[in-house]
Amino acid sequence: MDLLIFQAPILMVQASLDGILLGILFALIAYGMALQWGVMNIINIAQGDLVILGGYIAYTMYLVGIHPAWGVIVSPIIMYFVGWALYKLVINKVVDRDLFISILATFGIAIVFQQLMNFVFGADVVVAQSEYGTTMLFDNSVTLPNSKIFAAFISVIYAIGLVIYMRRSRLGRAIRATAQNARAAKILGVDTEKVYAATFGINAALCGIAGALISITLTLHPYVGLPYTVRSFMIVIVAGLGNLPAVALSGMGLGLFEEFADYILGTEFRIGAVFMLLVFILVYRRFKLSKKREYLK
Amino acid sequence: MNKLVKLFTIFISAITLTIASISSSFAKVEGEYIVLGSAISLTGKYSSNGVHTQNGYNMAVERINKMGGVNVGGKSYKFEIIYYDDESNPKRAAQLAERLIKQDGVHYMLGPYSSGLTKAIAPVTEKYKIPMVEANGASRSLFTKGYKYLFAVLSPANQYLEVAIDLAVEKNGGKPVRIAQAFEQDAFSQDVRLGILDAAKRTGSEIIIDDKLPKELNDMAATLAKVKATKPDVLVVSGHTKGALTAIRQISEMKVDVPMLAMTHCDAAKLSKQHGKNSEYALCASQWHKNLSYKDKFFGGGKKYDRDFKKEFGYAPPYQSAESSAALLVFKDAFERANSFDRDKVRDALKTTDMQTFYGNIKFGPGGQNVAKPMILFQVRCKGDTCENKVVAPTKWASDKFYHPIPKWSERS
Repeated sequence: MDLLIFQAPILMVQASLDGILLGILFALIAYGMALQWGVMNIINIAQGDLVILGGYIAYTMYLVGIHPAWGVIVSPIIMYFVGWALYKLVINKVVDRDLFISILATFGIAIVFQQLMNFVFGADVVVAQSEYGTTMLFDNSVTLPNSKIFAAFISVIYAIGLVIYMRRSRLGRAIRATAQNARAAKILGVDTEKVYAATFGINAALCGIAGALISITLTLHPYVGLPYTVRSFMIVIVAGLGNLPAVALSGMGLGLFEEFADYILGTEFRIGAVFMLLVFILVYRRFKLSKKREYLK
Repeated sequence: MNKLVKLFTIFISAITLTIASISSSFAKVEGEYIVLGSAISLTGKYSSNGVHTQNGYNMAVERINKMGGVNVGGKSYKFEIIYYDDESNPKRAAQLAERLIKQDGVHYMLGPYSSGLTKAIAPVTEKYKIPMVEANGASRSLFTKGYKYLFAVLSPANQYLEVAIDLAVEKNGGKPVRIAQAFEQDAFSQDVRLGILDAAKRTGSEIIIDDKLPKELNDMAATLAKVKATKPDVLVVSGHTKGALTAIRQISEMKVDVPMLAMTHCDAAKLSKQHGKNSEYALCASQWHKNLSYKDKFFGGGKKYDRDFKKEFGYAPPYQSAESSAALLVFKDAFERANSFDRDKVRDALKTTDMQTFYGNIKFGPGGQNVAKPMILFQVRCKGDTCENKVVAPTKWASDKFYHPIPKWSERS
């Protein structure tokens, strides 16, 4: 059974495509995390819960009869303001403190969000239907849900848009400057307070897009945010901060690795394999760094 | 003078202590009320099913009290329940059980929602020798620990889908079948899996895929791709509501053709409503269905219960509510047969329970599980765009014929 993948090579194509499509979606969430981690030095534990909230916005639209795909436009707009408000209420009080405080604060936010979503939307698992159908390849042996293709496509569009925005716009440049050196940026007249608020808002907006996409591809539940936080954390650890191509690659790589681990080792080892990979990468990085140090000596 | 004060203090405290000890030993019955306790999930991830459970309890309390209450020693008593919110957290549930027993002096407990939380509470009630009738913990491991004060009105988890395998073998002309299965890694789903393993052994069937789904997983594309490649006769999925919804979403998107699909939690997931036509032909295990012909004098039959519940709470009762209501009927029956409020007498009476309720026959096996009630299977069938759950097995209550095999996706409109 374990060797099924070699008996049926077409499964490899299926696994690769599934992995990449899923990975792109994760990369979008991870990019938001990398952005605000880089700029504000905050690890946002509530990242996954912002994603789920974004998903519920799309789901609410679906309930009132609007196609949930419009969520990818409505949800980021609402989520931007949610992120902005969160910054003004909580994050601005912890932004200059050490990492532990910010983890604690965002963990608290995560719990509050979970309970609020539970209160408003109920504890039932819900899905929104896109009715997009399925693309079949290779004589129906490889199937790709169009909703997943749509999700990957939208993620790529937004990611490209964001890169251009970061390069060209005034705010984008201010954000990058703040990330490089907040104090210097402040001296040169950048309103870092505003930059922080905008960064947190942009991160929340990215989560909103991802959430809307998840509502039509996966399932929503008030308490499933954490896996998204963990995955994006891992992608960022591997890719480093503020490097979009690396985040995208590492996202896709993680998706691929997960799918193949699932095929070869079995579903029960899927998450375990991912964590093993994380440990391996961290050890490997340390090993490389220590070599560098010796060289410098 | 000083001595007098001391003496007085001792006297007062002695009286207080006596009163306290008397009142705590009689706290189970206050005036005309029999006080039951329950820690239940009103917030947290089980809150929707927790509320279904609570509504079921409340409905039964109200009905029993209205229809004459519980007659013990020639006097009529009424039920009253003290609830605490366990936040869907096993540790909290165990604490609250202690609190109910030690501080509130509760002597009879009703179960919480879910196997996990029941598992957390059972050792506490056992320790204090408090009889607990529970309606929402089906895990087999609850009934193998030798608990003496635990009684469950529902069928244990390993029975959920065993019937489905028998059905598949029957449809295969009595020949063994090839089974693909995916189960979440939690107590309940793994017990359902054990049931399938037993059934497979009994029928000589082969298990070709045996995936365990991590709790946090909401993507089972890899399992389904394997199913597509190996073409089993039956696909069995159990992973609570999330598992059911994910399975249907991805089976329909990936166009996985399998002759038979058996699942749990279809009604809790509102499968036929959320996925509509894509969920058609899914076979689901259930503890109860309103069309069953069981009867009792408090609720009449299943259909009447359904109507009354809808009137009271504004939604159709899921089986979680029905079984919770049944738990109160069991308590009432036991109190009356024991004709006493002595905990051990009530426990002995519970042990010899043999009754019919609108929810089903109830008789407890040596481990405390209900052995008198079979599981039922229903199949999602659609007419136009509206889909409904139709009972297909056991044949005694079947309202529709079991549709087999499931048509291929290319032939479905």
